Amino acid sequence: MLGFTRAQAIGFVAMVAVIIIGPAVLYPVFLMKVLCFALFACAFNLLIGYVGLLSFGHAAYFGMGCYVTAWTAKNLGLSAELAILLGGLTGAGLGAVFGWLAIRRSGIYFAMITLALAQMVYFVCIQAPFTGGEDGIQQVPRPPLFGAISLQSDMAMYWLVAGVFLLGFLLIHRIVHSPFGQVLKAIRENEPRATSLGYRTDDYKWVAFVLSCFLSGIAGGTKALVFGIATLTDVHWTMHGEVVLMALVGGLGTVFGPVAGALILNGMENYLAQFGSWVTVTQGVIFVLCVVAFRRGVIGELAAALRLKL
Amino acid sequence: MITIFGKPLLLLYGQLTLGLINGAFYALLSLGLAVIFGLLNIINFAHGALFMLGGFVAWALLEYLDIGYWPALVLAPLIVGVFGVVMEKTLINRLYKLDHLYGLLLTFGCALIIEGLARNEFGSSGVPYPIPDELRGPLDLGFMMLPAYRAWVVVAAAGVCLATWLVIEKTRIGSTLRAATENAPLVQAFGVNVPRLITLTYGAGVALAAFAGVLAAPIYSVNPNMGANFIITVFAVVVIGGMGSILGSIVTGFGLGILEGLTKVYYPQASATVVFMVMVIVLLARPAGLFGKA
Repeated sequence: MLGFTRAQAIGFVAMVAVIIIGPAVLYPVFLMKVLCFALFACAFNLLIGYVGLLSFGHAAYFGMGCYVTAWTAKNLGLSAELAILLGGLTGAGLGAVFGWLAIRRSGIYFAMITLALAQMVYFVCIQAPFTGGEDGIQQVPRPPLFGAISLQSDMAMYWLVAGVFLLGFLLIHRIVHSPFGQVLKAIRENEPRATSLGYRTDDYKWVAFVLSCFLSGIAGGTKALVFGIATLTDVHWTMHGEVVLMALVGGLGTVFGPVAGALILNGMENYLAQFGSWVTVTQGVIFVLCVVAFRRGVIGELAAALRLKL
Repeated sequence: MITIFGKPLLLLYGQLTLGLINGAFYALLSLGLAVIFGLLNIINFAHGALFMLGGFVAWALLEYLDIGYWPALVLAPLIVGVFGVVMEKTLINRLYKLDHLYGLLLTFGCALIIEGLARNEFGSSGVPYPIPDELRGPLDLGFMMLPAYRAWVVVAAAGVCLATWLVIEKTRIGSTLRAATENAPLVQAFGVNVPRLITLTYGAGVALAAFAGVLAAPIYSVNPNMGANFIITVFAVVVIGGMGSILGSIVTGFGLGILEGLTKVYYPQASATVVFMVMVIVLLARPAGLFGKA
C-alpha cells in the first residue's frame, strides 16, 4: 500500500497509534508543535534526503506561510483550511521564484543562495507593514474548519493538525515512491548520468523544490493557527537551523527520521528552556556530534541495526 | 549647501565612508572564505563566529592583560588562527572524504556553539572597545572631516587584502597553495605535506576573519551577533563575485559595500536588501558570478 515496505507499514501504523494515544499522555499543544515541525522537517528532508539539495533558507517559506495564514485568518476571516492552504501556496509561490534562481548553481552555492534569499525575505518582513515588524501578528483567532467546525478547543485543533501532518507525510511518501521520485533519487546519486539519460534534471529539481516549499508553508500556517501568532522568529535563519538539526538527528533520507528528530528536539527544548541561551550551545554540540559520529541519525542507525528500510 | 541628486554632499560622503568600511569587512571575510573553499572544499559557516571571536579576544586582552589595540591586532588573529588549526585538526579533517554538505553543517554547529557561549558570557548587547588614542579625532581632507579610525580601517583592510593577494599570486608558498587547489594528490606526490598545508590554510583564513573582527571592535561594540549579521551578506558577496579569483573577491567586497552606502543615501528602505538584489541580477545574467569560471 502506498509503496510502503512491510517494516515501513508497521512503522506507519505505530506512528498513527502514537498520534492517537499521544494527547492522553502528553500536553496537546506540545504535540501540535511537534507535528508542525515534523511536517516541516519532512518537507526539508524531501530535498536533502531524496534530491541531495541542501537548502539553507527554508525558514522563509515556513515563516511566510505563518504570516499569510495568520493575516488572512485575522483580517479576512477565512476559514481554517483556506488560510492554511493560502499559507502553503505562498510558500510554493516564493519557492517557485527562489528555486528557479538557486537551481542555476549547484552544491555549496545552492546552499548559500537559498540562505541569502531567505535573509532578504527576513529583511523585507522587518520593514513590511503587514507583518507587524517586531511585534508580529498577534492574537490570531482560530477560525472554524470549513466555516462550521469550531477549533477553539485544543483537542479539536489537535485532530486538524494531526490530519494535516498525516496528509503531508503520505504525500511526501507518495512523491518519493513515484516514478518522479525515482528520477529525483537518480539525480541525487549521479546528476550527469541522469542528464545523459534524457532527463531535464533542473526541471525535476525545481518541481521538488516547489513541493517542499509548499509543505513548509503548510506547516508554518498550521503552526500560526495553533499558537495564534506569527513573528520574525519564524522567518529567521535560526529557525532553519532547527529544522536541519531535526532532520539530521532523525536521519537524512529516512522516512520516519524527521518525525523522530522533531519529537526529540522539541522535547529537549522544553526541558532546556530554563537554561536560556544554553539551548543554542546544545544545538551546536548536537550538530557537531551528529556530523562527526552519528551521520545516519537515530532512525538511520536503527534501520541499519535491523537491516530494514525505515 | 552642495547637493548631488538632491542629497547633501556631506551625507553622501558620510555614507560612502561607512559603505567603504563595510566593504572592507566584506572583502576580508570573503577573501578568507574563498581561500578556505579553494583548498578544503568546504564553506566555513563558522567564519562569522570567528570574526566575532577576534573582537572578543582583543577585548579580553585589553580587559585582563592590559594589552592594547596595536599588539591585539597581531595577537588576536594569531590566537584565533591557532583555535582554527585545532578545529581543523580535531573536527573538520574527518570530513574530507564526505559530501561537502557535512562541512557546512559541521561549521554551522561550531558557529552556534561559539555564538551561544559568547551570548551566555556577555549577553546580547556586548561590550564596548575604545578607539586607540593615536586614531582619535577627525582627519581634515579639505572637502570633509573623516574620523581617523575609519580611514585607518579602510587602509588596513585594503593593505591586508593586497598582501594576501601578493602572497598567493607571487610567492612560492602561494604557488604551492594554488597548485594544491588544482590537484592536491599530484602536489602531494611532489613531496609537499598537503594535510599540513590544508591545516595552515584554514588557520590563515580564520586569522583573516579575526583580523577583521579586531578592526571592527571599536566601530561596532563587540557583541555576539556581529558575525552572524555579516556572514550571510558575505555569502551573497561570494556568490556575486564567484570564488575563483582572489582579486575578484576583494573588488566585489569593496564595490558592494560602496553600493550599500549609496543605497542608504538614496533609498534607505532597500539598504538591507540591495546586496541580495544584486545577487539575483548576477544569477540571472551571469550565473557563475562576476569573476567566476563557468
